[in-house]
Amino acid sequence: MKRASFLEHVGWTGGGIAFAMTASGTFAAAAPGSDFTFVQISDSHIGFALAANPDVVGTLSATVDKVNALPQQPAFVMHTGDVTHLAKAEQFDVAKNVLGRLKAPLMAIPGEHDAIGAEGAKRFATAFPNADAPDGWWSFDRNGVHFVSLVNVFNFETMGVLGSKQLDWLARDLAPQKVDTPIVVFGHVPLYALYPAWGWTTEDGSKAIAMLKRFSAVTVLNGHIHQIITQREGNIAFATAAATAYPQPAPGTAAGPGPLTVPAPELLGRLGYRTVSFMGAHAMPADRSLQNG
Amino acid sequence: MKPRIISVLAAALLVGLPVAAPAAPATVTVHIKNFKFVPAALAVPAGSSVTFVNDDQEPHTVTATDKSFDSEGLDASQTWTHAFAKAGSFGYFCEMHPYMHGTISVKAPQ
Repeated sequence: MKRASFLEHVGWTGGGIAFAMTASGTFAAAAPGSDFTFVQISDSHIGFALAANPDVVGTLSATVDKVNALPQQPAFVMHTGDVTHLAKAEQFDVAKNVLGRLKAPLMAIPGEHDAIGAEGAKRFATAFPNADAPDGWWSFDRNGVHFVSLVNVFNFETMGVLGSKQLDWLARDLAPQKVDTPIVVFGHVPLYALYPAWGWTTEDGSKAIAMLKRFSAVTVLNGHIHQIITQREGNIAFATAAATAYPQPAPGTAAGPGPLTVPAPELLGRLGYRTVSFMGAHAMPADRSLQNG
Repeated sequence: MKPRIISVLAAALLVGLPVAAPAAPATVTVHIKNFKFVPAALAVPAGSSVTFVNDDQEPHTVTATDKSFDSEGLDASQTWTHAFAKAGSFGYFCEMHPYMHGTISVKAPQ
């Protein structure tokens, strides 16, 4: 397990040259001529107002501004869940208004905070309608890359579950893909057992990972844990993203997960977004903080 | 716990002894702290209310395993009260952190 920090990235990106962390954990320059990029943002928690970040609307808005100011606009922006804090209608409204300012097309998958109670999942589907995702999950192809968006927060009694219906769909979806097709998988909760004691795992994620093993270049991008942690398993690179709302403690460093209050001047350095370019078949994630990114 | 109460009750009825009235219905508090329900197991007389207080900064839910009650999202410091009219054992969990479990045992009135 490797915990990456923004500070490393900031040092490398300060010169305006896009550097990205490769799967091996070293830094390499992203292909300068690459014209296909996308952006991942995550965990905006609209409705949260405690000391860890009293202005989550402000930091989401700052994220949108940063993405809109990128010299090269991404093909799309994927929000990997926990758009809202309590899945309230007014929280979805505020989030939609802010995210609606993105120049690039927005896609979103739900986090468990977006699916609370009887109405949460419906409100999410209403806020972010997606005709391609009748059950929540879907796939799409862009620039030769096969993207898969999974939902692992809909099971009621065990969070971090894909379920047999989604796994069956995934098997069918991946079946026609070629071994050398670049695969990018999105999901809210980490797909592997990152820190099960805090619920940072997908119970049946290993079944999905088994299906992905035959491909030569797979990248799995998750949110949920409000910090950047990268991991590699064979040809599969995993990376969780920073939040736009507030940081959470590193695994096992606190009594439990939850909002982590850092000194105010440090907050923006702990929040951010991720741009992803490609070097050949390999996705090259580059994390950018709100402070310097 | 419950079978024993019922058998004691039944034995008392059989021999015609007076049965002590259960404690009067009350309002009892369960705290949600550090991702645990405290106390996780609680016994109350039927007709009691249980107030759940979220002491964490993280939201939680109090969701019955049998779906008979659901607080939905309880934000930090928020409280939610549910009246338990019928006897029975009601397991519940947090929908957002399903490893958090609790049980309310509601004792029948005499």
